[in-house]
Amino acid sequence: MKYVFLLYDDENAWDTMEDAKRNDIFGAYMAYTGALRNSGVHISGEPLTHSREGKRVRTGGVQDGPFADGKEQLGGFYLVEVKDLDEALDWAARCPCASFGHVEVRPIWNIGD
Amino acid sequence: MTDARAIAEETARASYGRLLAWLSSRSRDVAAAEDALGDAFRAALETWPKTGAPTSPEAWLLTAARRKLIDGARRKNTRVLSTPALTLAAEEAEAAMRADKPFPDERLKLLFICAHPAIDAAIRTPLMLQTVLGLDAARIASAFLVSPRAMSARLVRAKRKIKVAAIPFDAPGGQDLASRLPAVLEAIYAAFGAGWDHETGAEADHHHLTGEALYLASLLTELLPGEAECWGLFSLMLHAQARKDARREDGAYIPLSDHNIARWDKKMIAHGEAALAHAWRLCQPGPYQIEAAIQSAHAAARLHGRDVSDDIVMLYRQLSELAPTIGAYVGYAGALAAAARAGEALDLLDSLEAARVENYQAYWAVRAHILDLLARKQDALGAYERAIGLSQDEATRRYLMQKKTARGIPRDR
Repeated sequence: MKYVFLLYDDENAWDTMEDAKRNDIFGAYMAYTGALRNSGVHISGEPLTHSREGKRVRTGGVQDGPFADGKEQLGGFYLVEVKDLDEALDWAARCPCASFGHVEVRPIWNIGD
Repeated sequence: MTDARAIAEETARASYGRLLAWLSSRSRDVAAAEDALGDAFRAALETWPKTGAPTSPEAWLLTAARRKLIDGARRKNTRVLSTPALTLAAEEAEAAMRADKPFPDERLKLLFICAHPAIDAAIRTPLMLQTVLGLDAARIASAFLVSPRAMSARLVRAKRKIKVAAIPFDAPGGQDLASRLPAVLEAIYAAFGAGWDHETGAEADHHHLTGEALYLASLLTELLPGEAECWGLFSLMLHAQARKDARREDGAYIPLSDHNIARWDKKMIAHGEAALAHAWRLCQPGPYQIEAAIQSAHAAARLHGRDVSDDIVMLYRQLSELAPTIGAYVGYAGALAAAARAGEALDLLDSLEAARVENYQAYWAVRAHILDLLARKQDALGAYERAIGLSQDEATRRYLMQKKTARGIPRDR
Protein backbone atom coordinates (compact mmCIF):
# COMPACT_ATOMS: atom_id res chain seq x y z
CA MET A 1 0.00 0.00 0.00
CA LYS A 2 1.25 3.45 -0.89
CA TYR A 3 0.75 6.36 1.47
CA VAL A 4 1.75 9.98 1.36
CA PHE A 5 2.79 11.73 4.57
CA LEU A 6 1.94 15.42 4.40
CA LEU A 7 4.05 17.36 6.90
CA TYR A 8 2.49 20.43 8.46
CA ASP A 9 4.29 22.81 10.77
CA ASP A 10 4.65 26.48 11.61
CA GLU A 11 6.76 27.64 8.67
CA ASN A 12 7.32 31.08 10.21
CA ALA A 13 9.12 29.47 13.14
CA TRP A 14 11.87 28.50 10.70
CA ASP A 15 12.61 32.17 9.92
CA THR A 16 13.36 33.09 13.52
CA MET A 17 14.98 29.83 14.64
CA GLU A 18 18.59 29.72 15.85
CA ASP A 19 21.01 28.01 13.48
CA ALA A 20 21.89 25.26 15.96
CA LYS A 21 18.23 24.33 16.38
CA ARG A 22 17.66 24.38 12.63
CA ASN A 23 20.67 22.12 12.10
CA ASP A 24 19.32 19.71 14.71
CA ILE A 25 16.03 19.49 12.88
CA PHE A 26 17.77 18.98 9.54
CA GLY A 27 19.86 16.25 11.18
CA ALA A 28 16.74 14.56 12.54
CA TYR A 29 15.10 14.63 9.09
CA MET A 30 18.20 13.20 7.45
CA ALA A 31 18.27 10.37 9.97
CA TYR A 32 14.55 9.73 9.47
CA THR A 33 14.89 9.68 5.68
CA GLY A 34 17.83 7.31 6.09
CA ALA A 35 15.75 4.96 8.24
CA LEU A 36 12.93 4.98 5.67
CA ARG A 37 15.44 4.18 2.91
CA ASN A 38 17.21 1.46 4.91
CA SER A 39 13.98 -0.38 5.52
CA GLY A 40 12.99 -0.12 1.86
CA VAL A 41 9.70 1.74 2.35
CA HIS A 42 10.88 5.09 0.98
CA ILE A 43 9.74 6.03 -2.53
CA SER A 44 10.35 9.77 -2.47
CA GLY A 45 10.12 12.84 -0.31
CA GLU A 46 10.96 16.52 -0.52
CA PRO A 47 10.83 19.58 1.71
CA LEU A 48 8.93 22.60 0.40
CA THR A 49 10.02 26.23 0.56
CA HIS A 50 7.98 28.81 2.50
CA SER A 51 4.46 29.24 1.19
CA ARG A 52 5.23 32.90 0.37
CA GLU A 53 6.95 31.44 -2.67
CA GLY A 54 3.88 29.44 -3.61
CA LYS A 55 1.17 30.31 -6.11
CA ARG A 56 -2.42 29.21 -6.24
CA VAL A 57 -3.94 28.83 -9.64
CA ARG A 58 -7.58 28.53 -10.52
CA THR A 59 -9.39 29.47 -13.69
CA GLY A 60 -9.47 33.22 -13.80
CA GLY A 61 -6.35 33.99 -11.85
CA VAL A 62 -3.25 33.29 -9.84
CA GLN A 63 -2.90 34.08 -6.12
CA ASP A 64 0.46 34.78 -4.49
CA GLY A 65 1.44 33.04 -1.27
CA PRO A 66 1.68 33.00 1.68
CA PHE A 67 -1.77 31.55 2.23
CA ALA A 68 -3.45 32.41 5.48
CA ASP A 69 -4.86 28.95 6.19
CA GLY A 70 -3.92 28.73 9.84
CA LYS A 71 -0.79 28.35 11.90
CA GLU A 72 0.53 25.17 10.31
CA GLN A 73 1.26 24.95 6.60
CA LEU A 74 2.28 22.15 4.30
CA GLY A 75 6.06 22.04 4.51
CA GLY A 76 7.05 18.77 2.88
CA PHE A 77 6.02 15.25 2.03
CA TYR A 78 7.11 11.64 1.90
CA LEU A 79 5.75 8.95 -0.37
CA VAL A 80 6.15 5.47 1.13
CA GLU A 81 5.13 1.92 0.37
CA VAL A 82 4.27 -0.19 3.42
CA LYS A 83 2.27 -3.29 4.35
CA ASP A 84 -0.75 -1.59 5.86
CA LEU A 85 -2.08 1.47 7.66
CA ASP A 86 -0.65 0.36 11.02
CA GLU A 87 2.84 0.33 9.58
CA ALA A 88 2.23 3.69 7.89
CA LEU A 89 1.16 5.22 11.23
CA ASP A 90 4.24 3.77 12.95
CA TRP A 91 6.50 5.42 10.43
CA ALA A 92 4.57 8.69 10.51
CA ALA A 93 4.98 8.81 14.30
CA ARG A 94 8.75 8.62 13.85
CA CYS A 95 8.77 11.66 11.57
CA PRO A 96 10.39 14.61 13.38
CA CYS A 97 7.46 16.76 12.26
CA ALA A 98 5.14 14.71 14.51
CA SER A 99 6.94 16.22 17.52
CA PHE A 100 6.40 19.88 16.64
CA GLY A 101 3.71 19.94 13.94
CA HIS A 102 1.57 17.16 12.58
CA VAL A 103 1.75 14.52 9.89
CA GLU A 104 -1.28 13.75 7.79
CA VAL A 105 -1.27 10.18 6.47
CA ARG A 106 -3.23 9.67 3.24
CA PRO A 107 -3.55 6.46 1.25
CA ILE A 108 -2.77 6.81 -2.44
CA TRP A 109 -5.89 6.25 -4.49
CA ASN A 110 -5.12 3.57 -7.04
CA ILE A 111 -7.65 4.39 -9.71
CA GLY A 112 -6.36 1.61 -11.94
CA ASP A 113 -7.00 -1.19 -9.41
CA MET B 1 -22.48 16.56 46.42
CA THR B 2 -19.33 15.98 44.41
CA ASP B 3 -18.73 13.10 46.84
CA ALA B 4 -21.44 11.16 45.10
CA ARG B 5 -19.63 11.71 41.81
CA ALA B 6 -16.39 10.52 43.40
CA ILE B 7 -18.17 7.42 44.72
CA ALA B 8 -19.65 6.78 41.29
CA GLU B 9 -16.21 7.06 39.73
CA GLU B 10 -14.57 4.92 42.39
CA THR B 11 -17.30 2.32 42.02
CA ALA B 12 -16.77 2.44 38.28
CA ARG B 13 -13.13 1.50 38.68
CA ALA B 14 -13.65 -1.18 41.28
CA SER B 15 -16.95 -2.60 40.14
CA TYR B 16 -17.18 -2.10 36.42
CA GLY B 17 -15.12 -5.18 35.63
CA ARG B 18 -16.84 -7.28 38.30
CA LEU B 19 -20.30 -6.42 37.05
CA LEU B 20 -19.33 -6.85 33.42
CA ALA B 21 -17.63 -10.19 34.16
CA TRP B 22 -20.73 -11.46 35.91
CA LEU B 23 -23.17 -10.27 33.24
CA SER B 24 -21.17 -11.26 30.21
CA SER B 25 -20.07 -14.66 31.47
CA ARG B 26 -23.75 -15.56 31.75
CA SER B 27 -25.12 -13.88 28.65
CA ARG B 28 -21.97 -14.52 26.58
CA ASP B 29 -22.60 -11.14 25.03
CA VAL B 30 -19.94 -8.68 26.11
CA ALA B 31 -21.20 -5.85 23.90
CA ALA B 32 -24.78 -6.03 25.18
CA ALA B 33 -23.59 -6.23 28.78
CA GLU B 34 -21.40 -3.17 28.19
CA ASP B 35 -24.32 -1.21 26.76
CA ALA B 36 -26.51 -2.06 29.74
CA LEU B 37 -23.81 -1.21 32.27
CA GLY B 38 -22.84 1.95 30.44
CA ASP B 39 -26.44 3.16 30.73
CA ALA B 40 -26.51 2.24 34.41
CA PHE B 41 -23.30 4.16 35.16
CA ARG B 42 -24.60 7.20 33.27
CA ALA B 43 -27.80 7.05 35.33
CA ALA B 44 -25.70 6.80 38.52
CA LEU B 45 -23.72 9.90 37.61
CA GLU B 46 -26.97 11.79 37.09
CA THR B 47 -28.82 10.48 40.11
CA TRP B 48 -26.28 10.03 42.90
CA PRO B 49 -25.14 13.65 43.15
CA LYS B 50 -28.81 14.57 43.76
CA THR B 51 -29.92 11.72 46.01
CA GLY B 52 -26.63 10.70 47.59
CA ALA B 53 -24.83 7.47 46.90
CA PRO B 54 -26.75 4.27 47.68
CA THR B 55 -25.54 1.94 50.41
CA SER B 56 -24.86 -0.80 47.92
CA PRO B 57 -23.67 0.90 44.73
CA GLU B 58 -23.22 -2.39 42.88
CA ALA B 59 -26.78 -3.55 43.61
CA TRP B 60 -28.09 -0.17 42.48
CA LEU B 61 -26.13 -0.41 39.23
CA LEU B 62 -27.34 -3.94 38.55
CA THR B 63 -30.95 -2.98 39.15
CA ALA B 64 -30.55 -0.01 36.83
CA ALA B 65 -28.88 -2.18 34.20
CA ARG B 66 -31.66 -4.75 34.42
CA ARG B 67 -34.32 -2.08 34.06
CA LYS B 68 -32.55 -0.67 31.00
CA LEU B 69 -32.37 -4.14 29.51
CA ILE B 70 -36.07 -4.76 29.95
CA ASP B 71 -36.92 -1.31 28.58
CA GLY B 72 -34.62 -1.92 25.65
CA ALA B 73 -36.17 -5.31 24.91
CA ARG B 74 -39.66 -3.78 24.95
CA ARG B 75 -38.69 -0.91 22.69
CA LYS B 76 -36.72 -2.83 20.16
CA ASN B 77 -35.87 -6.42 19.56
CA THR B 78 -32.38 -5.89 18.24
CA ARG B 79 -30.63 -7.83 20.97
CA VAL B 80 -33.41 -10.31 21.35
CA LEU B 81 -31.19 -13.30 22.01
CA SER B 82 -28.95 -11.88 24.69
CA THR B 83 -31.39 -9.69 26.57
CA PRO B 84 -33.24 -12.42 28.48
CA ALA B 85 -29.94 -14.01 29.45
CA LEU B 86 -28.60 -10.66 30.62
CA THR B 87 -31.73 -9.84 32.56
CA LEU B 88 -31.55 -13.23 34.24
CA ALA B 89 -27.88 -12.69 35.08
CA ALA B 90 -28.68 -9.32 36.63
CA GLU B 91 -31.47 -10.84 38.73
CA GLU B 92 -29.21 -13.62 39.87
CA ALA B 93 -26.51 -11.13 40.86
CA GLU B 94 -29.01 -9.03 42.81
CA ALA B 95 -30.14 -12.14 44.65
CA ALA B 96 -26.53 -13.02 45.41
CA MET B 97 -26.03 -9.58 46.91
CA ARG B 98 -29.21 -9.73 48.98
CA ALA B 99 -27.81 -12.92 50.52
CA ASP B 100 -25.26 -10.60 52.16
CA LYS B 101 -22.32 -12.31 50.55
CA PRO B 102 -19.59 -10.26 48.91
CA PHE B 103 -20.25 -9.83 45.23
CA PRO B 104 -18.46 -12.66 43.39
CA ASP B 105 -15.39 -11.57 41.49
CA GLU B 106 -15.23 -13.27 38.12
CA ARG B 107 -12.83 -10.86 36.50
CA LEU B 108 -10.30 -13.66 36.07
CA LYS B 109 -12.62 -15.19 33.47
CA LEU B 110 -12.73 -11.86 31.71
CA LEU B 111 -8.93 -11.54 31.71
CA PHE B 112 -8.57 -15.01 30.23
CA ILE B 113 -11.21 -14.53 27.59
CA CYS B 114 -9.55 -11.29 26.45
CA ALA B 115 -6.24 -13.13 26.02
CA HIS B 116 -7.83 -16.24 24.50
CA PRO B 117 -5.84 -17.83 21.64
CA ALA B 118 -8.81 -17.25 19.31
CA ILE B 119 -8.56 -13.49 19.86
CA ASP B 120 -6.04 -11.64 17.71
CA ALA B 121 -2.96 -10.87 19.84
CA ALA B 122 -2.97 -7.19 18.85
CA ILE B 123 -6.45 -6.57 20.26
CA ARG B 124 -6.07 -8.48 23.57
CA THR B 125 -4.73 -5.53 25.55
CA PRO B 126 -7.31 -3.02 24.27
CA LEU B 127 -10.07 -5.56 24.95
CA MET B 128 -8.85 -6.01 28.52
CA LEU B 129 -8.67 -2.28 29.13
CA GLN B 130 -12.18 -1.82 27.86
CA THR B 131 -13.91 -4.75 29.50
CA VAL B 132 -12.14 -4.95 32.85
CA LEU B 133 -11.59 -1.23 33.40
CA GLY B 134 -14.26 0.33 31.20
CA LEU B 135 -11.88 2.62 29.29
CA ASP B 136 -13.29 4.15 26.14
CA ALA B 137 -11.97 3.28 22.71
CA ALA B 138 -10.63 6.77 22.01
CA ARG B 139 -8.39 6.76 25.08
CA ILE B 140 -7.11 3.26 24.28
CA ALA B 141 -6.53 4.23 20.65
CA SER B 142 -4.35 7.19 21.58
CA ALA B 143 -1.99 4.94 23.52
CA PHE B 144 -1.64 2.41 20.72
CA LEU B 145 -1.19 4.75 17.76
CA VAL B 146 -4.40 3.60 16.12
CA SER B 147 -7.20 5.89 15.02
CA PRO B 148 -10.18 5.95 17.42
CA ARG B 149 -12.55 4.75 14.72
CA ALA B 150 -10.30 1.83 13.78
CA MET B 151 -9.88 0.90 17.45
CA SER B 152 -13.65 0.91 17.99
CA ALA B 153 -14.16 -1.30 14.96
CA ARG B 154 -11.49 -3.77 16.11
CA LEU B 155 -13.00 -3.97 19.59
CA VAL B 156 -16.47 -4.56 18.17
CA ARG B 157 -15.10 -7.34 15.95
CA ALA B 158 -13.34 -9.01 18.87
CA LYS B 159 -16.49 -8.97 21.00
CA ARG B 160 -18.54 -10.36 18.13
CA LYS B 161 -15.98 -13.13 17.81
CA ILE B 162 -16.36 -14.06 21.48
CA LYS B 163 -20.10 -14.31 20.97
CA VAL B 164 -20.19 -16.05 17.59
CA ALA B 165 -17.37 -18.48 18.30
CA ALA B 166 -18.92 -19.10 21.74
CA ILE B 167 -15.52 -18.79 23.41
CA PRO B 168 -16.12 -20.23 26.88
CA PHE B 169 -16.00 -17.92 29.90
CA ASP B 170 -13.88 -19.90 32.26
CA ALA B 171 -10.74 -19.54 34.32
CA PRO B 172 -8.41 -22.34 33.23
CA GLY B 173 -6.77 -24.60 35.77
CA GLY B 174 -3.83 -27.00 35.84
CA GLN B 175 -1.94 -27.43 32.60
CA ASP B 176 -4.30 -25.04 30.82
CA LEU B 177 -3.47 -22.29 33.26
CA ALA B 178 0.26 -22.68 32.62
CA SER B 179 -0.22 -22.48 28.88
CA ARG B 180 -2.67 -19.58 28.88
CA LEU B 181 -1.33 -17.36 31.64
CA PRO B 182 1.58 -15.97 29.55
CA ALA B 183 -0.89 -14.36 27.11
CA VAL B 184 -2.66 -12.61 30.00
CA LEU B 185 0.64 -11.37 31.44
CA GLU B 186 1.80 -10.21 28.04
CA ALA B 187 -1.40 -8.27 27.42
CA ILE B 188 -1.12 -6.50 30.78
CA TYR B 189 2.54 -5.70 30.17
CA ALA B 190 1.66 -4.32 26.73
CA ALA B 191 -0.74 -1.87 28.41
CA PHE B 192 2.14 -0.75 30.61
CA GLY B 193 4.47 -0.30 27.67
CA ALA B 194 1.99 1.46 25.39
CA GLY B 195 3.16 4.98 24.78
CA TRP B 196 5.96 4.52 27.32
CA ASP B 197 8.37 6.39 25.06
CA HIS B 198 6.29 9.51 24.96
CA GLU B 199 6.84 12.54 27.08
CA THR B 200 6.15 12.45 30.81
CA GLY B 201 3.98 14.84 32.76
CA ALA B 202 0.34 15.19 33.64
CA GLU B 203 -0.86 14.98 30.07
CA ALA B 204 1.29 11.94 29.45
CA ASP B 205 -0.13 10.20 32.52
CA HIS B 206 -3.46 10.35 30.82
CA HIS B 207 -1.94 9.37 27.51
CA HIS B 208 -0.13 6.43 29.06
CA LEU B 209 -1.97 3.55 30.56
CA THR B 210 0.63 2.80 33.22
CA GLY B 211 -1.77 3.36 36.12
CA GLU B 212 -4.36 1.11 34.51
CA ALA B 213 -1.75 -1.55 33.78
CA LEU B 214 -0.50 -1.47 37.38
CA TYR B 215 -4.07 -1.92 38.57
CA LEU B 216 -4.50 -4.96 36.31
CA ALA B 217 -1.20 -6.49 37.45
CA SER B 218 -2.09 -5.93 41.07
CA LEU B 219 -5.53 -7.42 40.47
CA LEU B 220 -3.96 -10.49 38.89
CA THR B 221 -1.80 -11.10 41.97
CA GLU B 222 -4.99 -11.04 44.04
CA LEU B 223 -6.83 -13.39 41.72
CA LEU B 224 -3.93 -15.82 41.21
CA PRO B 225 -1.74 -15.40 44.31
CA GLY B 226 -0.05 -18.77 43.79
CA GLU B 227 1.41 -17.88 40.40
CA ALA B 228 4.93 -16.49 40.75
CA GLU B 229 4.97 -14.83 37.33
CA CYS B 230 2.02 -12.62 38.30
CA TRP B 231 4.14 -11.27 41.18
CA GLY B 232 7.15 -11.02 38.87
CA LEU B 233 5.24 -8.87 36.40
CA PHE B 234 3.84 -6.68 39.18
CA SER B 235 7.33 -6.22 40.65
CA LEU B 236 8.81 -5.34 37.25
CA MET B 237 6.16 -2.71 36.67
CA LEU B 238 6.55 -1.20 40.15
CA HIS B 239 10.31 -0.85 39.67
CA ALA B 240 9.86 0.86 36.31
CA GLN B 241 7.11 3.14 37.59
CA ALA B 242 9.16 4.12 40.66
CA ARG B 243 11.76 5.76 38.39
CA LYS B 244 9.23 7.64 36.30
CA ASP B 245 10.05 11.13 37.57
CA ALA B 246 13.81 10.68 37.16
CA ARG B 247 13.59 9.57 33.56
CA ARG B 248 13.14 13.10 32.24
CA GLU B 249 14.43 16.45 33.46
CA ASP B 250 13.18 19.62 31.78
CA GLY B 251 12.02 17.52 28.89
CA ALA B 252 15.45 15.93 28.37
CA TYR B 253 15.96 12.18 28.46
CA ILE B 254 18.10 10.99 31.38
CA PRO B 255 19.70 7.53 31.20
CA LEU B 256 19.39 5.28 34.24
CA SER B 257 23.04 5.77 35.24
CA ASP B 258 22.45 9.53 35.53
CA HIS B 259 19.10 9.44 37.31
CA ASN B 260 18.78 11.76 40.27
CA ILE B 261 17.76 9.07 42.74
CA ALA B 262 16.16 11.64 45.01
CA ARG B 263 13.40 11.57 42.40
CA TRP B 264 12.86 7.84 42.71
CA ASP B 265 9.79 6.67 44.59
CA LYS B 266 11.46 4.62 47.34
CA LYS B 267 8.20 3.35 48.74
CA MET B 268 7.24 1.94 45.37
CA ILE B 269 10.68 0.33 45.04
CA ALA B 270 10.19 -1.36 48.41
CA HIS B 271 6.79 -2.52 47.23
CA GLY B 272 8.44 -3.95 44.09
CA GLU B 273 11.07 -5.72 46.18
CA ALA B 274 8.40 -7.27 48.39
CA ALA B 275 6.49 -8.53 45.35
CA LEU B 276 9.67 -10.08 43.95
CA ALA B 277 10.52 -11.76 47.26
CA HIS B 278 7.02 -13.17 47.30
CA ALA B 279 7.52 -14.52 43.77
CA TRP B 280 10.83 -16.24 44.63
CA ARG B 281 9.25 -18.01 47.59
CA LEU B 282 6.86 -19.75 45.18
CA CYS B 283 9.84 -21.41 43.43
CA GLN B 284 8.50 -21.09 39.87
CA PRO B 285 11.14 -19.20 37.89
CA GLY B 286 10.00 -17.28 34.83
CA PRO B 287 10.94 -14.41 32.53
CA TYR B 288 9.03 -11.66 34.34
CA GLN B 289 10.72 -12.52 37.61
CA ILE B 290 14.11 -12.33 35.90
CA GLU B 291 13.25 -8.98 34.37
CA ALA B 292 12.13 -7.76 37.79
CA ALA B 293 15.38 -9.06 39.31
CA ILE B 294 17.33 -7.06 36.70
CA GLN B 295 15.47 -3.90 37.67
CA SER B 296 15.97 -4.71 41.32
CA ALA B 297 19.73 -5.05 40.72
CA HIS B 298 19.82 -1.69 38.90
CA ALA B 299 18.06 -0.11 41.87
CA ALA B 300 20.50 -1.68 44.33
CA ALA B 301 23.46 -0.46 42.27
CA ARG B 302 22.35 3.14 42.48
CA LEU B 303 20.91 3.08 45.99
CA HIS B 304 23.69 1.13 47.69
CA GLY B 305 26.60 1.75 45.32
CA ARG B 306 27.00 -1.95 44.62
CA ASP B 307 28.69 -3.24 41.45
CA VAL B 308 26.05 -5.48 39.95
CA SER B 309 27.21 -5.58 36.32
CA ASP B 310 28.15 -9.29 36.44
CA ASP B 311 24.85 -10.20 38.13
CA ILE B 312 22.95 -8.35 35.44
CA VAL B 313 24.87 -10.16 32.69
CA MET B 314 23.95 -13.48 34.28
CA LEU B 315 20.29 -12.51 34.61
CA TYR B 316 20.10 -11.40 30.97
CA ARG B 317 21.71 -14.66 29.87
CA GLN B 318 18.99 -16.56 31.73
CA LEU B 319 16.33 -14.30 30.30
CA SER B 320 17.49 -14.74 26.70
CA GLU B 321 17.52 -18.51 27.17
CA LEU B 322 14.08 -18.59 28.77
CA ALA B 323 12.45 -15.98 26.51
CA PRO B 324 14.60 -15.44 23.42
CA THR B 325 13.01 -12.20 22.28
CA ILE B 326 14.88 -9.54 20.37
CA GLY B 327 14.45 -7.21 23.36
CA ALA B 328 16.12 -9.74 25.68
CA TYR B 329 19.13 -10.10 23.36
CA VAL B 330 19.54 -6.36 23.02
CA GLY B 331 19.34 -6.02 26.81
CA TYR B 332 21.90 -8.80 27.16
CA ALA B 333 24.26 -6.97 24.80
CA GLY B 334 23.84 -3.76 26.80
CA ALA B 335 24.60 -5.64 30.02
CA LEU B 336 27.76 -7.18 28.51
CA ALA B 337 28.92 -3.74 27.44
CA ALA B 338 28.33 -2.37 30.94
CA ALA B 339 30.46 -5.23 32.32
CA ALA B 340 33.41 -4.17 30.10
CA ARG B 341 32.72 -6.96 27.60
CA ALA B 342 31.90 -4.78 24.59
CA GLY B 343 33.53 -7.17 22.10
CA GLU B 344 31.23 -10.02 23.11
CA ALA B 345 28.31 -7.61 23.10
CA LEU B 346 28.96 -6.70 19.48
CA ASP B 347 29.31 -10.38 18.49
CA LEU B 348 25.92 -11.01 20.07
CA LEU B 349 24.31 -8.14 18.15
CA ASP B 350 25.94 -9.31 14.92
CA SER B 351 24.45 -12.77 15.41
CA LEU B 352 20.86 -11.44 15.35
CA GLU B 353 18.88 -11.80 12.16
CA ALA B 354 19.01 -8.54 10.17
CA ALA B 355 15.31 -8.51 9.31
CA ARG B 356 14.35 -8.68 12.99
CA VAL B 357 16.42 -5.68 14.00
CA GLU B 358 16.31 -3.35 11.01
CA ASN B 359 13.55 -1.14 12.44
CA TYR B 360 14.12 -1.82 16.14
CA GLN B 361 15.24 1.48 17.62
CA ALA B 362 16.74 0.04 20.83
CA TYR B 363 18.99 -2.27 18.82
CA TRP B 364 20.59 0.65 16.97
CA ALA B 365 20.93 2.78 20.09
CA VAL B 366 22.70 -0.04 21.97
CA ARG B 367 24.80 -0.90 18.92
CA ALA B 368 25.92 2.72 18.59
CA HIS B 369 26.93 2.79 22.25
CA ILE B 370 28.91 -0.45 21.94
CA LEU B 371 30.69 0.67 18.76
CA ASP B 372 31.54 3.85 20.60
CA LEU B 373 33.13 1.87 23.42
CA LEU B 374 35.12 -0.09 20.86
CA ALA B 375 36.35 3.21 19.34
CA ARG B 376 34.80 2.37 15.97
CA LYS B 377 33.72 5.93 15.42
CA GLN B 378 32.61 5.75 11.81
CA ASP B 379 30.41 2.71 12.46
CA ALA B 380 29.10 4.26 15.67
CA LEU B 381 28.01 7.38 13.79
CA GLY B 382 26.07 5.26 11.30
CA ALA B 383 24.32 3.37 14.10
CA TYR B 384 23.48 6.60 15.95
CA GLU B 385 22.03 7.97 12.73
CA ARG B 386 19.87 4.87 12.37
CA ALA B 387 18.67 5.04 15.99
CA ILE B 388 17.83 8.73 15.63
CA GLY B 389 15.84 8.07 12.46
CA LEU B 390 13.81 5.35 14.18
CA SER B 391 13.00 7.35 17.34
CA GLN B 392 9.42 8.39 17.92
CA ASP B 393 10.15 10.43 20.98
CA GLU B 394 11.66 13.90 20.74
CA ALA B 395 13.66 13.65 24.00
CA THR B 396 15.24 10.33 22.98
CA ARG B 397 16.03 11.76 19.56
CA ARG B 398 17.73 14.80 21.09
CA TYR B 399 19.71 12.67 23.53
CA LEU B 400 21.04 10.46 20.74
CA MET B 401 21.86 13.47 18.56
CA GLN B 402 23.91 14.95 21.40
CA LYS B 403 25.77 11.68 21.87
CA LYS B 404 26.41 11.51 18.15
CA THR B 405 27.69 15.08 18.00
CA ALA B 406 29.93 14.39 20.99
CA ARG B 407 31.75 11.82 18.84
CA GLY B 408 32.97 14.70 16.69
CA ILE B 409 34.57 14.20 13.31
CA PRO B 410 35.57 10.56 12.81
CA ARG B 411 39.25 10.00 12.24
CA ASP B 412 39.71 6.24 12.16
CA ARG B 413 39.08 4.05 9.14
